[in-house]
Amino acid sequence: MYHRLQAIERVNEMIVPVIGWADWVQLLAHYLVFSLISVGGAITVLPEMHRLLVVSQHWLSDAQFSASVALAQASPGPNILFVALMGWNIGLNAGSTWLALVAAILCLVSVLLPSSVLAVLAARWGHHNRERRAVRAFKQGMSPIVVSLLIATGWILASANGDPARDWPLWAVTAVSALVVWRTKVHLLWLLALGALLGAAGLL
Amino acid sequence: MTVSVSPPRSPGDLFICFTLTALQGFGGVMAVIQNELVERRHWMTHEEFIEDWAVAQISPGPNVVNLALMIGTRYFGLRGALAALAGLITAPLILLLILALAYARWGAQPAVVGALRGMGAVAAGLIIAAGLRLLGALRSNPLGMAMCAALGGACFVAVALLRWPQPYVLFGLGAVACTIAYRRLSA
Repeated sequence: MYHRLQAIERVNEMIVPVIGWADWVQLLAHYLVFSLISVGGAITVLPEMHRLLVVSQHWLSDAQFSASVALAQASPGPNILFVALMGWNIGLNAGSTWLALVAAILCLVSVLLPSSVLAVLAARWGHHNRERRAVRAFKQGMSPIVVSLLIATGWILASANGDPARDWPLWAVTAVSALVVWRTKVHLLWLLALGALLGAAGLL
Repeated sequence: MTVSVSPPRSPGDLFICFTLTALQGFGGVMAVIQNELVERRHWMTHEEFIEDWAVAQISPGPNVVNLALMIGTRYFGLRGALAALAGLITAPLILLLILALAYARWGAQPAVVGALRGMGAVAAGLIIAAGLRLLGALRSNPLGMAMCAALGGACFVAVALLRWPQPYVLFGLGAVACTIAYRRLSA
């Protein structure tokens, strides 16, 4: 980590390494607000986070910001963990591993707390009133849209595979895994492992 | 097609299930959560999953986190919600911080870059498959197949091809779809 940070600091001299208490409070307050406006997941407020952390406050370098998102996406678990990883990197920039750990947890809690309270309340209200016509209409009406949104999300992720003419092996892997999972009961981990192996061997 | 539903037995059951699900979720848990909850554990039917997913999707916050909270709170109240959330987050967070340290050292290796590309391509396929599996559950929707196809098709074109921002599409098309469903349900 140390070497990497040195390298990043050479590229981006703009990082403000020392962050005071007031800055932490400001950071967490921003995250509480981001949480409430993040319809569709925290990815939708990524531009706002970038503006705050990289552009206006210089708490993170551009490279650290992108690496946090990419690594959290590749690593197993909810993608929201990129928020914890950014907190971790801000803490490291500020000087210590302990600070990094505390920052990671505080950032994650701040970004999850308001939306989670809302989700629990919505779930309780919805379950209690599930026989109401408006609640049934909401669930039935949204169904075709959320199913389509899943397929669209997969499509957008697949587009990161690159140009179909050049990167056709990656597209083929996406298509084959979609078909296999749709039509068979093969365990998902086998497919992920196979994708990792093919990629590591340089075949994709 | 329909199998008998057997819901989670305890908050511990929720914690373990969501931990295992999260640890399979390379490239995001969205790709594996439907498979684990519906196909493998039979906690809910396709129809129930879609209904919960709709609420999880429309609420602010990460949709898999919202879904875990909703399922947890339904069966075991606040304890259940916390158990499900802790399962989803704890092990992956520890793993991610370890990976971050490892990535700083070996992240530039071509084999690592290649493996990540390969897993990303598979994860995209898994999410598409989750959507395809749920298509069948729309047959019993009061909107009817034709209307479902029209709304779903419009959503796909707007989000995947035109790249309009998801929240606008969700609320815009959603308002239309819910109004039509409301009218149909009155009959």
